[in-house]
Amino acid sequence: MSGLLLIEQSLNGLQFGLMLFLLAAGLTLVFGIMDMINLAHGSMYMVGAFVAAWLVELTGSFVIGVILAVPLTGLFGMAMESTLLRTLYARDHLSQVLATFALILILNESVRMIWGSDLPMSAPAALAGPVELMPGLSYPAYRLLIIAVGLLLALALYVLVARTRIGALVRAGASNREMAMTMGVNIARLFTAVFGVGAALCAVAGALLGPLFAVQVGMGESILILAFVVIVIGGIGSVRGALVGSLLVGMVDTLGRTVMPHLFREFLPPQMASAAGPAVASVIVYLLMAVVLFVKPEGLFPARG
Amino acid sequence: MSVRHSFRLRSLTAACAAAGLAGLWGLAPAQAADKVKVGFVSTLSGPSAGLGVDIRDGFLLATKLSGGKLGGLPAEVIVSDDQFKPDVGKQLFEKNIKRDKVDFMTGVVFSNIMLASVPEAFSSKTFYISPNAAPSNLAGKECNPFFFAVSWPNDAYHEAAGAHATRKGYKNAYLLAPNYQAGKDSLAGFKRHFKGKIGAEVYTKLGQLDYSAELAEIRAAKPEVLYVFLPGGMGINFIKQFVGAGLSKDTTLLVPGFGSDQDIIRPVGDSMLGLFDAAHWALDLDNAANKKFVAEFEKEYKRLPSLFASQGYDAALLIDAAVRDLKGRLDDKDAVRKALRTAKFASVRGDFKFNSNHYPIQNYYLRVVGKDGQGRLVNKTLGEPIFRNHGDAYVQDCSMK
Repeated sequence: MSGLLLIEQSLNGLQFGLMLFLLAAGLTLVFGIMDMINLAHGSMYMVGAFVAAWLVELTGSFVIGVILAVPLTGLFGMAMESTLLRTLYARDHLSQVLATFALILILNESVRMIWGSDLPMSAPAALAGPVELMPGLSYPAYRLLIIAVGLLLALALYVLVARTRIGALVRAGASNREMAMTMGVNIARLFTAVFGVGAALCAVAGALLGPLFAVQVGMGESILILAFVVIVIGGIGSVRGALVGSLLVGMVDTLGRTVMPHLFREFLPPQMASAAGPAVASVIVYLLMAVVLFVKPEGLFPARG
Repeated sequence: MSVRHSFRLRSLTAACAAAGLAGLWGLAPAQAADKVKVGFVSTLSGPSAGLGVDIRDGFLLATKLSGGKLGGLPAEVIVSDDQFKPDVGKQLFEKNIKRDKVDFMTGVVFSNIMLASVPEAFSSKTFYISPNAAPSNLAGKECNPFFFAVSWPNDAYHEAAGAHATRKGYKNAYLLAPNYQAGKDSLAGFKRHFKGKIGAEVYTKLGQLDYSAELAEIRAAKPEVLYVFLPGGMGINFIKQFVGAGLSKDTTLLVPGFGSDQDIIRPVGDSMLGLFDAAHWALDLDNAANKKFVAEFEKEYKRLPSLFASQGYDAALLIDAAVRDLKGRLDDKDAVRKALRTAKFASVRGDFKFNSNHYPIQNYYLRVVGKDGQGRLVNKTLGEPIFRNHGDAYVQDCSMK
């Protein structure tokens, strides 16, 4: 495996990790602050992607479509929080899982009724091809855009959570909800806001991944599992944990799929290597999670002290 | 006893007598059926529903065009949804066969669901007309006198793709499929007819979303042709990313027919242009039956038919032709089997016949995605058929003659 290929795979891992971060950031805050398991978080990602694909088609501009889809999905998330999900906070986790699972099914079928089971979405023509980063290494321009947006949002979220008053309230809520409430924090409004931000971040991920992945009903479920792995590794409620966890999962998954088969080919007979490579690559993320849970059961950066 | 009561009693007696007489007359070999009942079980909800919906629409279109009849008899088609679950499929088969007493079963998309459900049909001697799933085990050792595949044998598309790659003189192929049984079977089918060198055979996780890592490896390997078996959403993701990575300039991407059908073309969009695939049917196949089918389907459903719709339509035509030959003798199982084997109907794929294992012998075509007269993306056949009158590799293991 050459050095250039390794660089390209690292970029792939970074890009995948940053997109996971956008999903995991909202999920970890909702879970950490509201103590609410929201399986329908993946549905926000689907709704965001569909709204974006629809608006891109409608406006004829990729940038306008995506930029409009993000606040719209955020508002949709806030509306859902203040009408439906709010009633679930006092319930136990099992009721929350059941209710939000029902919500997945309802949202899937609603999207199918409105837009059909899938929508086409492609990258803007200027970014459709690869660009040459250095001699011998060309990389899809669109994936570079995703990396840039991902890094920018990660930074913005860090500033928001670590440096602003709202961020302080969010951190207070995550580390001790009762105490924050006693200190006079308007928890209800905070929850709605956090939920809206989470949904908006999902929409960014959905809209940006639309040209790479299929914009279809059910797209949220497949990526939700990885988002849960990320927040368990990173520590529930911690945005920093979500970032580190996402990048770890993105890198380990990508490099596991590429470096591992090469390694096996060095040490094992070809027949065994070709069977073992894909088998190990498909569980490597879960192995990582198991190891982290063994060493630090609270995750890498637990929010609750 | 009131007058009315005695009247009712009398009419009942008369009815019994009439029924008895009718029974006597009907003592001839088998009673002529006055209608045909078909149990249609398919995946009609959830993310994978598109294919089942197309098969259903094709099937119902054929019955509608013949005036709600199959083989001249009024047809009753009982449609139900297996919800993509093998156990639900099995229960629906049982219900259709035991309670509704259907004459034929059909409809299932996915082979895992069909393999779980079809023993219900076999044990009750009900014919199953498969409009899609045609796994290799039912073609060989486990072939069954009550199973007819009106679609195409599982390996056939992959074999045709391999033969096409050989014919084009590609020296170096790169293969990619999900890491499960159907994935391994598909690549084995490709290799059976590909004479060049296999650069690499890569198996990915089932349901994988991002293929950037695999695409980077492919870029480094520089194969002439890339054969990819990735059903459903996996295929949509892969094709989008393949084109986005700029690989389409140096490497020819080849997929099985269902990997480049209307249900994939729609979500992928223009990236599909110029993509090659192998299939037994295409929108533009030049025969009268197909022209009628495509036009009527579009008129009825306001969309272009897919491969799966054509298969559902053909399944109905097969039942129609067999029932017509039987002249109502639907209870005589041997006669039904003979009628199905020799059924003469104008299939939308052109000529085809059943092998001794009840799998089709037919042509396979190379197709390429281009634009039609209205600027829509469609699959068009290209050049001569890849295979003519092609059967399957398992028929010699089947004991039926």
